[in-house]
Amino acid sequence: MKEDQDWVDVGTIEDVPPRGARLIKAPQGPVALFRTADDVLFALDDRCPHRGGPLSQGIVHGHCVTCPLHNLVINLETGNTQQPEDGRVSSYKVEQRDGRILLNLRALPHEDIA
Amino acid sequence: MADDIINLPKRKKLVVIGNGMAPGRMLEALFKQTPSIYDVTIFNAEPRVNYDRILLSLVLSGEKSYADIVIHDDAWYAEHDITLYKGRKVTAIDRNAKRVMAEGGISAAYDTLVIAMGSSPVTLPVPGANLGGVLAYRDLDDVNNMLAAAEKGGRAVVIGGGLLGLEAAAGLQSRGMQVTIVHLGPTLMERQLDMAAGHLLRKSIEARGIAVRTEAQTQALLESNGHVRAVQLADGTELPADLVVMAVGIRPNAKLAEAAGLEVNRGIVVNDRLSTTDPNIFALGECAEHRKTCYGLVAPLYEMAKVLAGNLTGKEDTYQGSVTATKLKVTGIDLFSAGDFTDSEEREEIVLRDGARSLYRRLVLEDGRVVGAVMYGDTSDSAWFFELIKNGTDIDDIRETLIFGPNYARGAPQDPTAAVAALPDEAEICGCNGVCKRSILESIAAHGIADVDGVRKHTKASASCGSCTGLVEQLLKLELGETFNPAAVAPMCGCTALGHDDVRRLILARELKTIPDVMQALEWTTSCGCAKCRPALNYYLLAAWPGEYTDDPQSRFINERAHANIQKNGTYSVVPRMWGGITNAKELHAIADVVEKFNIPTVKVTGGQRIDLLGVKKEDLPAVWADLSAVGLVSGHAYGKALRTVKTCVGTDWCRFGTQDSTGLGIRIERFMWGSWTPAKVKMAVSGCPRNCAEATCKDVGIVCIDSGYEIHFAGAAGMDIKGTEVLGHAKSEQETLEIVVALVQLYREQGHYLERMYKWARRVGVDTIRNLVLEDENRRADLFERFVYSQKFSQHDPWSERAKGAEAHEFRPIADVSNLQAAE
Ligand code: SRM
Ligand SMILES: Cc1cc2nc3c(=O)[nH]c(=O)nc-3n(C[C@H](O)[C@H](O)[C@H](O)COP(=O)(O)OP(=O)(O)OC[C@H]3O[C@@H](n4cnc5c(N)ncnc54)[C@H](O)[C@@H]3O)c2cc1C
Ligand code: SF4
Ligand code: FES
Repeated sequence: MKEDQDWVDVGTIEDVPPRGARLIKAPQGPVALFRTADDVLFALDDRCPHRGGPLSQGIVHGHCVTCPLHNLVINLETGNTQQPEDGRVSSYKVEQRDGRILLNLRALPHEDIA
Repeated sequence: MADDIINLPKRKKLVVIGNGMAPGRMLEALFKQTPSIYDVTIFNAEPRVNYDRILLSLVLSGEKSYADIVIHDDAWYAEHDITLYKGRKVTAIDRNAKRVMAEGGISAAYDTLVIAMGSSPVTLPVPGANLGGVLAYRDLDDVNNMLAAAEKGGRAVVIGGGLLGLEAAAGLQSRGMQVTIVHLGPTLMERQLDMAAGHLLRKSIEARGIAVRTEAQTQALLESNGHVRAVQLADGTELPADLVVMAVGIRPNAKLAEAAGLEVNRGIVVNDRLSTTDPNIFALGECAEHRKTCYGLVAPLYEMAKVLAGNLTGKEDTYQGSVTATKLKVTGIDLFSAGDFTDSEEREEIVLRDGARSLYRRLVLEDGRVVGAVMYGDTSDSAWFFELIKNGTDIDDIRETLIFGPNYARGAPQDPTAAVAALPDEAEICGCNGVCKRSILESIAAHGIADVDGVRKHTKASASCGSCTGLVEQLLKLELGETFNPAAVAPMCGCTALGHDDVRRLILARELKTIPDVMQALEWTTSCGCAKCRPALNYYLLAAWPGEYTDDPQSRFINERAHANIQKNGTYSVVPRMWGGITNAKELHAIADVVEKFNIPTVKVTGGQRIDLLGVKKEDLPAVWADLSAVGLVSGHAYGKALRTVKTCVGTDWCRFGTQDSTGLGIRIERFMWGSWTPAKVKMAVSGCPRNCAEATCKDVGIVCIDSGYEIHFAGAAGMDIKGTEVLGHAKSEQETLEIVVALVQLYREQGHYLERMYKWARRVGVDTIRNLVLEDENRRADLFERFVYSQKFSQHDPWSERAKGAEAHEFRPIADVSNLQAAE
């Protein structure tokens, strides 16, 4: 399937600190790979909708990250910024297969993330 | 002749025996009438002024100092022309001569006498009760004796599980002693609480690490060399003890009155005008017995004080007795009890429990009125219930939802401000000082009060035991709306209702040692906190448990996690330490070399006497640091809530005005203190003379050298606020200066709220309090110094060289580079 070509292996879950993030250098620019306290993985563009802050450097709490530059909070599940701001960060599908983390380089369309 | 012209009546002689809280309040009310018609003389067995006895427990736990709890200082007595004999016990009252006799051959004649001698602690009639190391809990001397004993650590046994015993136990435990409470009754505080609440209380006390033995009768205190060594119980158990505190009850001081022929029962019998059987003699406070009741709490005594002041100024006021309410002043334990809640035929009860949250509420009803209330775990509605009891309000209409408190009872939304809004104007907010809702609201409006401190100053509400602070805040909110910002007790963040102080105290009291522990024990409402509380908790744990706590990098802001300051474009800046602003050719070469090697775009001299390399790529950081480490340059912590710079001037090295070696001292301090984490950043400076070229007087800590030594300043700022420093004190030598500065910073490390700069901490805690702790109290200073030195063992290592050698490598490298793949879409 065409879609299969979009999946890339980026490492193992041990490489990402819990409540932390690592950076992936991707063709479209830096992507932040997050691991939450309950071991869920999320991948979002590493660019805050406010002024481009690198989200991978923020503090991860619950399923959110706080931008290191001016403290905007981004919901990792939706890529949306917390009210009252309204901005959105593109996000990507991540899966774990056979102990490896696979990232789908095709950005999710907005509707997919309810 | 003169007498004919100046026809003023001679002032009457008022003599007061005892200088406690009740007469203090009475005199305040009396002096509202001017000119005063009395010449006042006070005899006090304690060698001091009037202080807030209620707050002794906070002096014991270290949250306040004696200076903080003084109610009337010497100046107050002088201002009102009062003769105060300190440390002079009255030994006899001669009613015929209308004169009192005191120790030391002093005597005073009276027209009117007020006996306000309070109570004495009861001593158990067991062998060994007079041994060394056996103390009561009544006055400042007792607290000082307990503190001296606690210094040595060891075991303490507190006999008596009532209010005083529990506060003593909690205080001693927080001072590091291993504490056991021995209590005769079946549950703790059984006179104020029912079984269920007593049980919950016991669980909370035990959870702090205090052992509790109920139904335990003390049989003897065992000795070794004249000092207590153990408490022996009736069942034969021996509890080892280096200190025993007896808190088994109080007895009104009535002997003197009895000897003078006044009617005495348990206390000195008074009528509704508070007069004894001699119309010239009144009794007031704990020593008085009114309608067969002796009170042991301050609120009723203050009511008496008001009535008596009225009577002494010619009014016909009468005292009708009081309903009392009890709260325990142990941080983290919320309990309330009021009225009468014993079971009986005519009574019904309503109970609400939430086992998971240790919440318990019980109301006792009689004839459609609330007559008693016990609350544990959540006492936010206590004022409302207390009002219902005092007023005997008919509650039939709201009975269904009564137990849920005023919000439900009136169908209003559940919000604490609404609950306070629902209180009637006469509702008593501050029990200790008898201040009602209306007088607080009126004061807020009349004096433009904007915070709790203002309310304390103008109305005294919340100024005693402090348990009504929450209500006072709600009133401020009600009156001021959104403009009110209760900074002092605001919750740390949206994840908890607790404020910074509570969290810090509970971390120590409950020995919480990891972030998840804190969140579990203190019932965080989020699964893993937020970007506000996590860094704060990480710091509090680090400061509380040096050497034990493992730092959590994921709870640090990126600058501290990466040990460099993030810039607006995601690059970083690197600021090496330049001790006291001094550098040399070798360091400058190394800096110049890394700038060239890594194409660092900007090199700037900072406002802190050092050099900033701006625009370094994150991946390059470890390599940049490796090159800098090679010549001994270490992290300047320009990114940290930590010691930043110690600016200096050239001092005696070069300057024609220099009085001391300011550069050397600055370097010495910076080398001693670098690496330590603090609540917010700490900046220092040392100037060689009062010309102050290092700008020491706007720093967190500043030292101005003078001929006779060193003037130590602190609590300055020159950022968002500009504030000149306060003078902490004077030191004679460099060594003494260093010790004081270190102790000061350690105190700040232990008390500061996260992100609270030193000047804000000083404003909150009080410059005098800090000066007392750091400067006047040499033992305390030595302890603080030692604790700082101990914690430095674990923090004084260069994070840069560690990372240059490979620590935390993942922080600086991408996990994967797939940028060579074709971009999707
Ligand atoms: C580099 C420097 C400006 C310069 O080019 O000279 C600087 C740069 C920054 N300052 Fe500053 N401050 C610098 C001296 C000062 C001074 C002057 C001084 O220290 O003598 C002050 C006023 C004194 C004071 O703090 O009271 C100062 C008051 C602030 C404040 C306001 C603090 C406050 O409590 O009011 C902030 C904001 C903060 O810390 O929250 C701040 C924050 C910052 C930050 C960290 C902003 C940030 O969060 O990214 C800047 C980081 C730049 C970087 O990446 O290196 N900077 N800053 C100075 C570094 C000194 C050093 O060697 O470490
Ligand atoms: C540790 C502690 C915690 C407390 N906590 C609370 C609380 O949370 N809430 C509450 O409402 N109450 C509390 N109380 C009780 C409250 O402090 C007292 O009810 C109140 O202080 C009594 O005031 P008073 O003026 O009657 O007597 P006191 O304040 O005891 O003053 C009596 C004074 O008379 C002096 N005196 C005695 N005999 C003589 C003599 N012969 N000649 C001269 N002077 C003499 C004594 O030295 C003493 O200074 C607490 C008490 C203690 C000890
Ligand atoms: S004053 Fe300080 S915080 Fe503000 S822009 Fe300049 S360096 Fe940054
Ligand atoms: S760039 Fe993220 S909050 Fe400003």
